Amino acid sequence: MPRAGACREGRAVSWLQKLLPPKIKRAEGAARRQVPEGLWSKCPACDAVLYTTDLEKNARVCPKCAHHDRIGARARLDAFLDPEGRYEIGAEVVPVDTLKFKDSRRYTERLEEAEKDTHETDALVVMQGAVRDVPLVAAAFEFDFMGGSMGSVVGERFVRGVHACLDQNLPFVCFTATGGARMQEGVLSLLQMAKTTAALTQLAARRLPFISVLADPTMGGVSASFALLGDVVLAEPRALIGFAGPRVIEQTVREKLPEGFQRAEFLLEKGAIDKIVDRRELRDEIASLVTLLMRLPPPGS
Amino acid sequence: MAAPALKSTFLDFEQPIAELEARIDELRYVQDDSAVDISEEISRLQKKSQALTKEIYGKLTPWQVAQVARHPQRPYTLDYVNALFTDFQELHGDRAYADDASIVGGLARFNGQPVMVIGHQKGRDTKEKIHRNWGMPRPEGYRKALRLMRLAEKFGLPVLTFVDTPGAYPGIGAEERGQSEAIGRNLFVMAELKVPIVCTIIGEGGSGGALAIAVGDLVLMLQYGTYSVISPEGCASILWKNAEMAPEAAETLGITAARLKQLGLVDKVVSEPLGGAHRDHAAAAQNLKKALQDALRSLADKGPAALVEERFERLMGYGRFKEVALK
Repeated sequence: MPRAGACREGRAVSWLQKLLPPKIKRAEGAARRQVPEGLWSKCPACDAVLYTTDLEKNARVCPKCAHHDRIGARARLDAFLDPEGRYEIGAEVVPVDTLKFKDSRRYTERLEEAEKDTHETDALVVMQGAVRDVPLVAAAFEFDFMGGSMGSVVGERFVRGVHACLDQNLPFVCFTATGGARMQEGVLSLLQMAKTTAALTQLAARRLPFISVLADPTMGGVSASFALLGDVVLAEPRALIGFAGPRVIEQTVREKLPEGFQRAEFLLEKGAIDKIVDRRELRDEIASLVTLLMRLPPPGS
Repeated sequence: MAAPALKSTFLDFEQPIAELEARIDELRYVQDDSAVDISEEISRLQKKSQALTKEIYGKLTPWQVAQVARHPQRPYTLDYVNALFTDFQELHGDRAYADDASIVGGLARFNGQPVMVIGHQKGRDTKEKIHRNWGMPRPEGYRKALRLMRLAEKFGLPVLTFVDTPGAYPGIGAEERGQSEAIGRNLFVMAELKVPIVCTIIGEGGSGGALAIAVGDLVLMLQYGTYSVISPEGCASILWKNAEMAPEAAETLGITAARLKQLGLVDKVVSEPLGGAHRDHAAAAQNLKKALQDALRSLADKGPAALVEERFERLMGYGRFKEVALK
């Protein structure tokens, strides 16, 4: 399914914005909106003005300063997987509004709007394919779909991705970009944490690798379930990763948060993740890791 | 176990009951040095108070239930441990960093049978609340729980957990020491633990911080407990941008035992004494004891393989979605 160019501008979800520190909000909101749609993009980190097409070709990494801008699920998988032999898993699974959830707006309206904006039916896209000819299944969160929140559909697609791995002895790779569990599905979404994580026990029992790649942001219920349980946990530079949002922590402890708190570099220093990897290197890195773990010859040999 | 010695604390919506009870206390006081027999009047008021309690508790809103779940006199994990178990041997520490007092655990006997008990623990007075961190665990709390679960597995003991937390603690140190990983790891291990796990939500089931000890073969929930992906206040301040919309959030989030039972997300609702568990700790414990006995009995004959497989299927069954034909 091709993505329309216009939706790449990425409408930030307001409740999720509240979870993010002011610096990110500026990057998401003001800086992006100034740019005329389509043709030019301004790097929120170094202010370089770039051709949008150049930025897209570079997997939304600024060619000048290497700032990792958020990338949609489909664009990410497109950049990650070899062009041949891809097919999607779990697209037939779509959301329902079990709780008849309504705040200022109905859940169903939010779903419709998210679908219109992203051309996705929920916040996780799963594909089977290969990376440098190493077959695998890869899942990617769509942050622009309700803040990449995990509800029943995300959980089920994740599990179906894992099943495909079990059926065909493949490793599983997941790219997270999410605010956490989806409030609009109540405890049903909370339990997706248990469901997705339980699925990993089967991969583990079969000695099939799970590589978790934490992109900006990886928070809440996704962070506190499968995301940090990778056999190898990678993160993109400067990605915000944590359980509680920085604002909640600041309000709770009434202290200023340390510089770089909850950033990928901070987590690496604290021993929470294995490695920080530039998005443009992920193909090579993951093909290498997976073949090492599975005792296969190096990729491309 | 005696009812709390403290004077009863009444919630806002219980004010009519509070007024009646105050009147009864007054009459009792007068009765001692009164020539007239007013015991009849007292008994009449007591009946009225009971009827009123029944009426009010018969139609609690989800937000009111949330207040009962957080009631300062509600029985906490250690109250149930004292009432339901013998030979409790509390075990401490995660062997890596600290002992987190907001999660307690240890070996005990339930009807003579050795088991492992793990639960969130809140504090009663200010000093204890601080010590227990209001029942909000840090990673070391979850890692202690994990260590005790593995210990139970090694010696073939069933695990009984008691859930009562506003949530995992959102603090700087907690993040630095891997709050997310600690919770996630517990979910993983509880999915594959080779002994029976029975979880009971006794008060507040606050999000991931609750779930981290609430994955099991059977999930019980006290009648006025709550279980939620986010606190009603948190949800209201995010979605309505106004924490005062918490009652509406509580309604739509579906946090009560009755609603969750209806959705198939908890297995059994354990009834509480009239006016809530805080009114009668002993009766609340008795009801829970019966429910736990039944739960353990229903799992007793299952071997480790069947246990883990059924638990896995149960976990895979969580979620509501539809499947459509793709174009």
